[in-house]
Amino acid sequence: MDHPVRSEAGIPLRPSYGPDDLPPAESIPPPGEFPFTRGNFPEGYRGRLWTIRQYSGFGTAEESNARYRYLLEQGGTGLSVALDLPTQCGYDSDHPDVEEEVGRVGVALDTLADVEILFDQIPLESISTSFTINGTAAIILAFYVAAAERRGLDPKVLRGTIQNDILKEYVSRGTWIWPPRPSLRLIADTIEYCAESVPRFNAISVAGAHFRDAGANAAQEMAFTLMDGITYCDEVIARGRMTIDEFAPQVSFFFYTHGDFFEEIAKYRAGRRRWARIVRERYGAKDDRSCMFRVGCVAGGASLYAPQAHNNIIRVAYEAMASVLGGVQSMFTAAWDEPFALPSEESATLALRTQQILAYETGVARVADPLGGSYYVEALTDEMEARVIEIMDDLERRGGMVQAVEEGYLHRLIADEAFRVDRAIASGERPIVGVNMFTTDEEPPEVEGYELDEEGRARQLERLAEVKRTRSSAEVRAALDALGRAAGAEDVNLMPLLVDCAKAYCTVGEMVDVLKDKWGEFQQPAVF
Amino acid sequence: MATDATPVRVLVGKPGLDGHDRGAKLVARALRDAGFEVIYLGIRQRPETIAAVAVQEDVRLVGLSILSGAHVALTQKTAHALRDAGADDVLLVVGGTIPSRDVPRLEAAGAAAVFPTGTPIEAVVARIRALAGVEAPA
Repeated sequence: MDHPVRSEAGIPLRPSYGPDDLPPAESIPPPGEFPFTRGNFPEGYRGRLWTIRQYSGFGTAEESNARYRYLLEQGGTGLSVALDLPTQCGYDSDHPDVEEEVGRVGVALDTLADVEILFDQIPLESISTSFTINGTAAIILAFYVAAAERRGLDPKVLRGTIQNDILKEYVSRGTWIWPPRPSLRLIADTIEYCAESVPRFNAISVAGAHFRDAGANAAQEMAFTLMDGITYCDEVIARGRMTIDEFAPQVSFFFYTHGDFFEEIAKYRAGRRRWARIVRERYGAKDDRSCMFRVGCVAGGASLYAPQAHNNIIRVAYEAMASVLGGVQSMFTAAWDEPFALPSEESATLALRTQQILAYETGVARVADPLGGSYYVEALTDEMEARVIEIMDDLERRGGMVQAVEEGYLHRLIADEAFRVDRAIASGERPIVGVNMFTTDEEPPEVEGYELDEEGRARQLERLAEVKRTRSSAEVRAALDALGRAAGAEDVNLMPLLVDCAKAYCTVGEMVDVLKDKWGEFQQPAVF
Repeated sequence: MATDATPVRVLVGKPGLDGHDRGAKLVARALRDAGFEVIYLGIRQRPETIAAVAVQEDVRLVGLSILSGAHVALTQKTAHALRDAGADDVLLVVGGTIPSRDVPRLEAAGAAAVFPTGTPIEAVVARIRALAGVEAPA
């Protein structure tokens, strides 16, 4: 039997494409015009280069503060804060179950005191800060707002992003706390609160990246992410207090770019067009800027392999180029040693240089959407969009994303695809250099890795104990009680109450537990 | 020696807070396809829970997957929990983002086998078969 040639997501490909494969002209107007297939901006990257945003975080607030101040002195304008898993999952550093995780994959934040140290001598009014935080996103935002107000700043000047996308956590990244419905309420609270009180802050970054890294293909990644975006927008719209044009500009998206070069470009182009049409047709957006699909991405992740690990440098470079040809607004390039450990300084620098060479030497950023009108790229964009629509329709028919999460349907789709790819690599059907072809016998590289600083953890515990000793118990009790009452009511925005808790030096764990008492905890379906 | 009628039970789970479960699920599925009866616990499991389920389900082997860097402490804790639960005879294996310098530390903590990133699934299954005393199908 003759097997057709297919893209990684399974799209059959012909030997060549021609003029008959181009879509109607209204689908591909010039860059900067609805539905933005060819990009959000008429001048492409000439007006503004994509943001080079490398993710980093260190064990304690002191270490991270020193690093951030160094980065800002070097001319950086944005910070990307990595938090440790206890902070992400809502446990304080002194919780007995999490001791080995404190400060390990990012900084530990227990109370406002840690946040004050983290941003000590950093001008919050003139930087943008991105927090990769989901389960406890509302609490971290409350800390940031409280820290600014303590300095006499109006939160209206604050710029940054919280990831705040809980739906994908239930399926792939795993830092869930409460069940989906109350979590959606809290996310809608943050979106409303930001629109009113912190208008330059992005309340949510809908992240398909983690579906992808868990095994989803490019079409699934885009479809699941757009469905999540719809779920959040539906939640806010259903309250009847805001129109789409009032909050859509605060919604952004985040993806992985993997190895199939043209498919990744088509994915971003198709996603932009689909989201623009959804925002206009489903929500009646009047402002075209509401329809823009603002995208950040990571090049690397599960597309990197351990054998012949230096080959990953080349993979990341191609993926970064595909991302730029796809028109992303910001990018993180992973280090080649990511399969083994947190990156060394040398490998992290090389990852940064990969983007700088792309930006300043290759010339790919000179002209907007340089592949626009390519028979193949346009046909693949159409085909990708058709697949995305098909997957989204299936999820809608099954009752939407919350149901798909609760029933384990998404977990199953992703595990199936991950298994299919693993088998395709094992059989050689999907060629991977150094893994199933051109293999060599070599020892894995001795990577430096990151050793946890035990003293740092001890300092963190001391500070937490000190805060608990010196804060006003009455204020803590009052703030937590008010939070609990509001959580039990339907129509109260919880954000101002979380800010009050932050100012009373309540811990992340205390706030999370009050809400757990009201809302319960998520139970993940164990599907494999 | 196990036969088709009495499949060997294994438990696969992730202790700690790390949510990267792609590898754990792949291994669970490959073991099931290889004839094992797999109990998949999922992510964010306490070591005590893993040990309790291992005893309750009478498993021969427990497979941990850890990608957060906390593999040494979490393996030690799980080994302790298994001992405390009276399951000293249950084999413990560990996979994940494990630098080669940590392999001896994991073995000292009680791991019968360690599968760092990049280990082919076939090699994991073969090793677990050998440890569990199960013959490969003819």
